[in-house]
Amino acid sequence: MVTRRTFLVAGVAGGAALAAAYWLRERRAPPTAAGAQAASVDPDAQAIMAAIIPVLLDGALPSEPPARAAARDEILRDAGAAIRGLPPIAQRELAQLFALLALPPARIALAGVTSPWADAPPAAVAAFLDRWRDSGWKLQRSAYDALHQLVFAAWYGNPRSWPAIGYAGPPALGS
Amino acid sequence: MTAPAATGLPDPVRAGIAGGWRVVDASALERDQILDADVAIVGTGAGGGTAAEILAMAGLRVVLIEEGPLRTSSDFRMRESEAYADLYQESAARRTADKAIGIMQGRCVGGGTTVNWTSSFRTPAITLETWARAHGVSGLSPAALAPYFARMEERLSIAPWEVSPNENNAALARGAARTGLSTASIPRNVKGCWNLGYCGMGCPVNAKQSMLVTTIPAALDRGATLVTRARAHAFALERDRVSALTCVAMDPQGVRPTARTVTVRARAFVAAGGAIGSPALLLRSAVPDPHGLIGKRTFLHPTVVSVALMRDRVDAYSGAPQSTYSDHFIETLPPGGPMGFKLESAPVHPILGAITVPSHGASHARWMRELPHLQVAIALLRDGFHPESPGGRVLLQDDGTPALDYPLTPYVWDGVRRALRTMAQVQFAAGATRVMPVHGDGTAYATWSEAGAAIDDFALAPLATPVVSAHVMGGCPLGGDPRRAVVDDAGRHHHLANLYVLDASLFPTSIGANPQLSIYGIVAKLADGLAATLAPASAGGPGASAQPGPLPPADL
Repeated sequence: MVTRRTFLVAGVAGGAALAAAYWLRERRAPPTAAGAQAASVDPDAQAIMAAIIPVLLDGALPSEPPARAAARDEILRDAGAAIRGLPPIAQRELAQLFALLALPPARIALAGVTSPWADAPPAAVAAFLDRWRDSGWKLQRSAYDALHQLVFAAWYGNPRSWPAIGYAGPPALGS
Repeated sequence: MTAPAATGLPDPVRAGIAGGWRVVDASALERDQILDADVAIVGTGAGGGTAAEILAMAGLRVVLIEEGPLRTSSDFRMRESEAYADLYQESAARRTADKAIGIMQGRCVGGGTTVNWTSSFRTPAITLETWARAHGVSGLSPAALAPYFARMEERLSIAPWEVSPNENNAALARGAARTGLSTASIPRNVKGCWNLGYCGMGCPVNAKQSMLVTTIPAALDRGATLVTRARAHAFALERDRVSALTCVAMDPQGVRPTARTVTVRARAFVAAGGAIGSPALLLRSAVPDPHGLIGKRTFLHPTVVSVALMRDRVDAYSGAPQSTYSDHFIETLPPGGPMGFKLESAPVHPILGAITVPSHGASHARWMRELPHLQVAIALLRDGFHPESPGGRVLLQDDGTPALDYPLTPYVWDGVRRALRTMAQVQFAAGATRVMPVHGDGTAYATWSEAGAAIDDFALAPLATPVVSAHVMGGCPLGGDPRRAVVDDAGRHHHLANLYVLDASLFPTSIGANPQLSIYGIVAKLADGLAATLAPASAGGPGASAQPGPLPPADL
């Protein structure tokens, strides 16, 4: 049982971990003028997104490899565009989240994923997502929600997803 | 796939621009602008739009400042992927400070009225009586407001929806009747509605009588100036008056400010940027606030969701999104007692459905494959009517943009639990084969007794239980006592002679109903007063007023 005290400690530690990870990232790769766009174009963020997309959308993506790859690429593209449309503070928070998850110690300790994201087995990614979904730690829970919203909005906003869910698209107007 | 929408349909807003309306897109400014006006209005939603028409018709020179873009029916293609990013605050991903409550707010010309679901209720009498009794409000009795509601109902074609409800709403009515709850038909602000179901993405046929197609065109016809993609930054103060409003131009995506500014000098200033934007503007301006009231008591109608699987098709993305409601738990739970809630339906388009269904993977995919069979009920909790429901507080972040801190108290969770129980009961009564009260990992139940028992045991908590809001109210409450209210009964700031607040942030509590008509009616009354103050000889109507004077040319 998480007490209020341990929760607060975890929250403070989590905030510090995020700040540290982001700071390390900034040191490693000095930000460009469009630094806040990092979350959408950063290769580490791409690798994390590419690892979670097939797990979040298990049972929803096309099964044929070419269509599946195209769907994933379009989700990455549309999620990136969505991130670039967010307010700067929200972009910064997402950049911090991806920076944290990209750090091997954090990936292993917080996400429980031992291989690099590009090689992570789907079962390990699924266990990570389940744990953060059910987490009593607000940081993990809200991060899960952010990833959930980004990926599901990108896929189900894409007409490619509509036939499988019986949605015919918006009605045609005009004669 | 379906062809893009809206070809060859009339677009009166684009026609107006072609006809010479003064509209400035600040994202394209090449140099700073200074505008002079009688009244500067920040925000073009229900409050700003209503005020703009009344003030312009009184012969006053009006400048409207809008942070969002000008989009018109030609742009409204009924695509969630475009509409949420383009027309909503923070791409419809705005959340409270702890991220526990999602907030859908418009950010475009017309504000929330461009993207709302058209539900139009007069302010409940019990709400107005509470304001008079407990919050020192005078002049806003049901009788005093009745003529203003009637006037705005006529102006915006508000009438009960006589068309058969779509199945999403019919199921709510059916289930409620079988559960012993009364329901009624929702009045809507539509004229010639096509019953498409895409109100939340902007009406592509201009049937919805939003500010975008009614009051703002009327104001522009009378010479008002509309500046879009301009974020009101702060008022400049001189003694007990506002002397100017400084705005920063936004980039074309509306994400970051550019280096350009727009300054408006005026006789009077109106904050109508909504109940997060208006308090934030006042806080950034450091207006006198001796009792620390600005931004506090901000209300949301915290809303919880229940998803039902029906045997027959529901097609909840099609047809008027909200046409049936039940006020049983508003009427039987008066202020001061357990939290009351209003029952309504919500449309289910693919993105809205996908981000509402909890969890991921196979279970999420299964629910999505049932999209045409999903019925979605929502319960809007009436906050602000009990000491344990003090609402939230608008704060400024390090870049000056607002965040809303809204603690969800045990009192609210008690209401959430009763609301989830009621919705499951109603949905099973309506014929649901499964009901998923939206919480945790999204477990669904096959019977009412199973669902009810599970809901009793839910560990309701921030983030574990998704809560949403589409109604932000309060933060600049009106009332006669400066120790308890930011503005007086006329909507004028208690300490600044020419600053007015004319939007939902005036409300001392939540409304207990979808708030747009409350804003229209109350702002109409207060804006009449402001027009009389500024132009006493010409407040009667168009014929009596002088033509607006020239303004600097728009630098497009």
